[in-house]
Amino acid sequence: MDYVNLFVKSIFIENMIFAYFLGMCSYLAVSKTVKTAVGLGAAVIFVLAITVPINFLLDNYLLRPGALSWLGAEYANIDLSFLSFIMFIAVIASMVQLVEMIVEKFAPALYGALGIFLPLIAVNCAILGGSLFMQQKDFGGVGESAIYGIGSGIGWFLAILAIAAIREKITYSNVPAPLRGLGITFIITGLMAIGFMSFMGVSL
Amino acid sequence: MNREGNLYTFIFAIVMVVIVAFSLAFAATSLKPKQSENVKKEKMQNILGTIGIEVEREAAEEKYKNYIKEELSLVSDGSVDEQSVAFDVDLNKELKLPEDKQHYPLYIAEVEGKKYYVVPLRGAGLWNAIWGYIALEDDLNTIKGVSFDHAGETPGLGAEITQAWFQDSFKGKKIFDGQDELVGITVSKGSGTKGDNEVDAISGATITGDGVTDMVKERLLHYLPYFKKEKTQLALN
Amino acid sequence: MSKKAEKSPIFLFVSEEKEPLFSKQNRQLVSDPLNDNNPITVQVLGICSALAITVQLKPAVVMTLAVMAVLAFSNVIVSLIRNLIPSRIRIIVQLVVVASLVILVDQVLKAFAYDVSKQLSVFVGLIITNCIVMGRLEAFALGNGPWKSFLDGIGNAAGYGLILIVVAFFRELLGSGKLFGLEVLGHKGVTLAESTGLYALGYENNGFMLFPPMALLTVGILIWIQRSRNRKLIEKE
Repeated sequence: MDYVNLFVKSIFIENMIFAYFLGMCSYLAVSKTVKTAVGLGAAVIFVLAITVPINFLLDNYLLRPGALSWLGAEYANIDLSFLSFIMFIAVIASMVQLVEMIVEKFAPALYGALGIFLPLIAVNCAILGGSLFMQQKDFGGVGESAIYGIGSGIGWFLAILAIAAIREKITYSNVPAPLRGLGITFIITGLMAIGFMSFMGVSL
Repeated sequence: MNREGNLYTFIFAIVMVVIVAFSLAFAATSLKPKQSENVKKEKMQNILGTIGIEVEREAAEEKYKNYIKEELSLVSDGSVDEQSVAFDVDLNKELKLPEDKQHYPLYIAEVEGKKYYVVPLRGAGLWNAIWGYIALEDDLNTIKGVSFDHAGETPGLGAEITQAWFQDSFKGKKIFDGQDELVGITVSKGSGTKGDNEVDAISGATITGDGVTDMVKERLLHYLPYFKKEKTQLALN
Repeated sequence: MSKKAEKSPIFLFVSEEKEPLFSKQNRQLVSDPLNDNNPITVQVLGICSALAITVQLKPAVVMTLAVMAVLAFSNVIVSLIRNLIPSRIRIIVQLVVVASLVILVDQVLKAFAYDVSKQLSVFVGLIITNCIVMGRLEAFALGNGPWKSFLDGIGNAAGYGLILIVVAFFRELLGSGKLFGLEVLGHKGVTLAESTGLYALGYENNGFMLFPPMALLTVGILIWIQRSRNRKLIEKE
């Protein structure tokens, strides 16, 4: 698949929030101000960009049927794909820890900005979703999976940034009391998703 | 023992991993045969569906043996590769190879004395892969039946390709035009009577429909050398 | 995540052995999440995997059952070993328990309900990161006995399922005129004369209900209705 096409598709058309509703929990909880939204969004891009390619390698050289054939012909029939969920989540949890430590050591400023959001990310559905969709889509190489990871992350980032900006402004509006907070956020997200639908079927 | 100590944590982790590993491995290996059986029978069921034989999944294997007479694994020049098992060819993997390296499976069925040729298909829909089978009558032109499936098309829209009304509209259509040119089947919008090479589109699912059009034509193209040979063979008889 | 499910003070005074299995408090564990403390509309948990599978009722029901199994049993398991878990690796232990249960559910579905498992595809795996599961483990199972945890799991999964099923009901009914795949509004033919039921009067399906945005709008409206009826849930800003 063409890289540019895949990149655009993963940002706009198969947007994690608007098409698959993944990562909605943190999307709703951390979108009250733009500043925190940017922090969480950046952390999501970061972690997706790392975990999707790693899980791709894991899936292709360890888990799927025939993946172990590099060890020798007698291992070719082993199918460990039932372990994929647990492996993916373990990779994600440990990568998040690792990333947290590395960032803290080498980029304290970035850590200050991302720090508190990193632990939140291990249980963000968008991260595990990225890896599961990667497995289902059957990419041709690490490059494609990395592009997909980065693209999905950027898509998620855009979504949370946009909703946070809207929510900051909406505090000045007179929303019907029962809709305040959660309700109106859902409806705005729905309207935004309708906007994003116009990208459907675009191919470059 | 101190619950927060390093040793305890370590032992706890090891015990947990061992228990989880054993129970999962046990569950996976004991359910595996049943799962592969499902996949295999579904494939048989789909192939049989295209030649008008509707069976329950459980009965698929027996019927399959009754009706499918030959499974051929063709190469790009139309000859048969005896080494490869057609039923086990994974189109998903084949499509990534260059065309002259691919294998093209073909199933030949015989129902009540009539011969049918079933070609597996695979292409892309709106969201993800779509695939299916198309059965041709012995003129290698008229469609006997089709079956489609998909990984993630929108239910109620693109996913309608799995429905009987859409698949039935392919029956009796032709894959060659008047000039003996392979045109496949075009899934097209608009009302009015459809030509021999057209079927009605699903409203709201243009891209999935185009995916079906492309998939049918692209796959059948590779079988032309074989069809040519087969037709001369048939003409001789 | 906005509103932590607080442990009600009553539990602190009730000794476990004297309490009947279905005491008032225990019944509340199940009934509260259905309305006042609904995981989706009030606790704002578990929306992630919820909405994508609400296009039709059947996958929504199966998803509810899968979440119920995972949530109830992971609650029980974590509650049983809650005094053994070293607190430093608590989160990882919980993740492993949940992931193993999800794998089991996925394997069982693949073996015994193959069609449904195809329909749910990756969303079974996403139960692992369903915030409801982790949320309830942290907030409830770590501090309560197995039977209470079991009820809490059932209750929360039911509350989650309730929203899923209501959303799926409206989306399937208005979007494709069906419920559980049955044509409840009559049959839509190609022309008006061929149609029956509502379609004969010129009714049309609203295909837009099938697209992702409508799931969000439907949940938004549900929250609106719930909070207008139950005004103590209104958020103060």
